[in-house]
Amino acid sequence: MPETMIEAHGLTKSYGKPSDPVRVLDGLGLQVPRGEVFALLGPNGAGKTTTVRILATLTTADSGTARVAGFDVVADRHRVRRAISLTGQFAAVDATQTGEENLRMTARLTGLSRSHAKHRAAELLERFGLTEAARRQVRTYSGGMRRRLDLAAGLVGSPEPGVFFLDEPTTGLDPRSRRELWQVVRDLADGGATVLLTTQYLEEADRLADHIAVLNGGRAVAEGSPETLKARFPGHRLDLVLTGREAYLRLAARAVHHSPGTLTLGLPTDGTAAHARALLDEIDPHRTDVERFSVHSASLDDVFLALTGETAEEAAGETTGETTEPTEEPTHV
Amino acid sequence: MSDAPGVLTHAAVMTGRSLRISRRNLDAMITAMMLPIMLMLIFVYFFGGAIETGTAYDSYVMYVVPGVLLLCAGFGSATTAVAVSEDMKGGIIDRLRSLDVGGAPVLAGHVVASTVRNLVSTTLVFGVALLIGFRPAASLGGWLAVAGVLLAYIVALSWISAAIGLLARTPEAAGGFTFFMSFLPYPSSAFVPVDSMPGWLHGFADHQPITPAIEALRGLLLAQPVGNAPWIALAWAAGILAVAIGLSGVLFRIRTA
Ligand SMILES: Nc1ncnc2c1ncn2[C@@H]1O[C@H](COP(=O)(O)OP(=O)(O)O)[C@@H](O)[C@H]1O
Ligand SMILES: [Mg+2]
Repeated sequence: MPETMIEAHGLTKSYGKPSDPVRVLDGLGLQVPRGEVFALLGPNGAGKTTTVRILATLTTADSGTARVAGFDVVADRHRVRRAISLTGQFAAVDATQTGEENLRMTARLTGLSRSHAKHRAAELLERFGLTEAARRQVRTYSGGMRRRLDLAAGLVGSPEPGVFFLDEPTTGLDPRSRRELWQVVRDLADGGATVLLTTQYLEEADRLADHIAVLNGGRAVAEGSPETLKARFPGHRLDLVLTGREAYLRLAARAVHHSPGTLTLGLPTDGTAAHARALLDEIDPHRTDVERFSVHSASLDDVFLALTGETAEEAAGETTGETTEPTEEPTHV
Repeated sequence: MSDAPGVLTHAAVMTGRSLRISRRNLDAMITAMMLPIMLMLIFVYFFGGAIETGTAYDSYVMYVVPGVLLLCAGFGSATTAVAVSEDMKGGIIDRLRSLDVGGAPVLAGHVVASTVRNLVSTTLVFGVALLIGFRPAASLGGWLAVAGVLLAYIVALSWISAAIGLLARTPEAAGGFTFFMSFLPYPSSAFVPVDSMPGWLHGFADHQPITPAIEALRGLLLAQPVGNAPWIALAWAAGILAVAIGLSGVLFRIRTA
């Protein structure tokens, strides 16, 4: 097995009329070493699904190359398909089949015999906590159960530890289901799987990924471990309303968010009481400069603002030619 | 790791899936079966007395059954378009392709399931027809020919439906398209003799694909001379099938590009 399980160089892709193409990917490159969880972070319309579909051999890039598990995604697409598990953004299980039937069907399609398929289905139902619901039609499942079944179906026939593509695995889930799914991804990672997941949520990328790439305008505009990125784009901000201009100017260089009109500065923090207290003591030892403070959870929008000088909304509007819904960071607990 | 399964295994698994799903969408099944039966009853009991079909038929029911059978095939196949379209719209097709399942087995699964559904509903229509006085006089060879023509039309209409499912942007649009298809039996000799229609319709009614099938089925079932109607009907079915298969291959590649 190769050391780099997923790699892409200079991927471009445009949609629309040849006379008026809309460029979705504009020279995207990425590398995912074996066993790493890699998060592609970007707002609606950033090109996440397009990237996943190119890497999973479901569509082809206009230019650029990509290899998955050592195989070229165009020339060797059948080998790539046998090496990967794909769980797309939209549900790929039949609502009018039971969970078990869905898995057995998928297993049969990968070439398992009837009895092996039955066995494999039972094993996966158990592993994803769906044994109780195995004989119920999927339309009776909750969003989280459906998503887990979808994931199970994705890995029915692939060798483990394999390569996983998970396109927005938790979008639309309630917080509890989201946490359950996070655990599933962590278990996969613990088993040595290579995972490329896409998400609109900074927090999700932060919790799950070894490496994050922020997708904007069809390329990776920032990349690194969550720690590196967080140091640049903190997960939380301590917003301080200062008592005077002098204090504002003194602290402005440390701030990641500036609002001179209201004499407000935002400083990076990890959101813990200890850090906030220490930070306040440090910057305002005489307790005269800070009038009020609030903790602000960074959203993807903030990351975009910091990275590109435009909001995620504007960025999405630019690539899609239409405005998309603002992306919301789930509230921290 | 298992060996890569062949197209036949894929098609068999996909057929099993479609059949299972059909069984659970019972209301759709029942609608597809009840509509032709209701139409048959309406034609026989409300309009039958007023329709002049000539002296060759003891009663209107003897005349109308072949038309109802083809109408039933039309309704029954139409659900295929919606099912195919739903697969193409959702994540299912991406999953299937990532499992290296090709377009042919995906569509074949739908078509075989559609054929099985149609055989059930056709049998039911026959049963009701017998109850209301249909008395076929076909020989064994005649029955085999009837089965052959019906099967050919069912398969051809199902494939065309599958192609329509690939063409339509949404399942609703797919349903709409096939609705038109199920009107084809009306401008033919299915319910009234072509002679009784306005002159400008004769050309169409005489040369559209449903007419030779009706003529063949009617002749075979009543043991009347059929000429080469069965062969013309089979040629039409083969032609439709060839076009549908070719077209759906192209459409599948376009939709999954
Ligand atoms: N098949 C397609 N035809 C035309 N435009 C498309 C197609 N697929 C995606 N797009 C456009 O490409 C852009 C990126 O889409 P996508 O990759 O789905 O983004 P994301 O998954 O990050 O939300 C969007 O503006 C979308 O409208
Ligand atoms: Mg997407």
